Amino acid sequence: MKYMPSVISTVDIPLQCEYSVTMQPALFDASPRYTVTDLTRRLRLLLESTADLQGVWVEGELSNFSRPSSGHVYFTLKDSSAQLRCVMWRNDAARLKFTPADGMLVEAHGGISLYEASGQYQLYADLLRPLGEGALFAEFLRLKALLEAEGLFDPRRKRPIPELPRRIGIVTSPTGAALRDMLNTLRRRYPLAEVILAPTPVQGEEAPPAIVAALRTLSLSAAPDVILLARGGGSMEDLWAFNDERVVRAVAESTAPVITGVGHETDFTLVDFAADLRAPTPTAAAELATPLTLADLQSGLMQMEQSLVGEMQAGFQRRRETLGWLEARLRLVSPRRRLQSERQRLDDITRRLNATQAHGLALAAARLNGLESRLLALSPLAVLQRGYAVVTRKADDRIVSEVSLARPGDDLSVRVRDGEFGARVSGE
Amino acid sequence: MAEPKPVDKLNYEEAFSELEAIVASLESGDQPLEKATAVFTRGQALVKRCAELLEKAELKVRQLTGEEVKDFEAPE
Repeated sequence: MKYMPSVISTVDIPLQCEYSVTMQPALFDASPRYTVTDLTRRLRLLLESTADLQGVWVEGELSNFSRPSSGHVYFTLKDSSAQLRCVMWRNDAARLKFTPADGMLVEAHGGISLYEASGQYQLYADLLRPLGEGALFAEFLRLKALLEAEGLFDPRRKRPIPELPRRIGIVTSPTGAALRDMLNTLRRRYPLAEVILAPTPVQGEEAPPAIVAALRTLSLSAAPDVILLARGGGSMEDLWAFNDERVVRAVAESTAPVITGVGHETDFTLVDFAADLRAPTPTAAAELATPLTLADLQSGLMQMEQSLVGEMQAGFQRRRETLGWLEARLRLVSPRRRLQSERQRLDDITRRLNATQAHGLALAAARLNGLESRLLALSPLAVLQRGYAVVTRKADDRIVSEVSLARPGDDLSVRVRDGEFGARVSGE
Repeated sequence: MAEPKPVDKLNYEEAFSELEAIVASLESGDQPLEKATAVFTRGQALVKRCAELLEKAELKVRQLTGEEVKDFEAPE
């Protein structure tokens, strides 16, 4: 272990012991005495409580980089005259956005402490990135503020993503894993779509103009319903094309809505802010571009088929009901029904008439009888019953009611009770 | 809908949206029986068409080469 005078000089209790010239301690000196463990722990606490050794950036060249199966990462930072052992725990190491390699110039952020078991002081790094990314980040913030002030990221600019895209444009590298992931996702979720790939480099100097050209050509030649702009994970420098002002503007001006899926969950690039929708990864972008899956469509179709058959049956049912109702109404106004009721009325009247007639006849008969007997009583013939006779002149049928009407020689007719006989007036 | 396209010429979106319209028209129930029956028959054909399209759907991938669109061969 190296001797560290500068650190030790900052503490109140001197750790340096006084040694005699002969290297023998004085017999009764007052020097503090430690076990190795106590001393080491004391040193560790000393380092950890020193504010300007915590939360520091250290620049250097990467060497002895190793990542054992534990997932923790060990490396050494060095420059021309010194070395610093470093460790990065698994959780922090998982967020590494580049593939570290020995010889790279990097900057690490963390705190200095001491590993007691080996007495090794080291930097416990929570962040490791290629040197220069800090400057990139400052540029990122500057450009973001500029474009934001211009209104390029305004939520009101965002367009809705179509539910059933017929044509999906993809702007990415033709050889990357991102393309394979997106195609697999689209094939699985929504194979009804047609994909038009606009291949472009996604990294390096030539990437930004190529991405801009790919976006424009795609819109002009293929008129996609939605565009996926994607790239797999990488360092901030790798993803830098997606922070390029030209690319950000092209995304904002795209005729079709754009979904970005650049890098990993934790990566944010400026195109993400300009896009209509930001996905954390290329796969997620393909998912967001297909809000309805094949299975959704199949169940939707099944429901629609049920509705179709159901509505048709309901239509028949409605018609049957209407028909039944009309039939009932028709029966009410039917001539047959009137005929029946008329017939009934006629029967009534006939009955009444018959009754009236019978009564009238009886009455008439009685009256007739009365009249007849009165007539009979008055009839002259009735007198004949009592032995009288009626004499009429045959010549003129006059009743001979006085002598002067009977002259000698006149033929007479004498009517008696049971008939007539002739007579002649004698000359006396 | 003066001269409806033959069912087998429709893509999924066209077929499905016509199917939706047909169901809605049957729902309103104000068309003559003969017309309703004809519309229903077309609806059934549309269901069949949609199901077929879903069944055989296979993602088509093409690639822009310059201004042209060509078939895309995925690199293995």
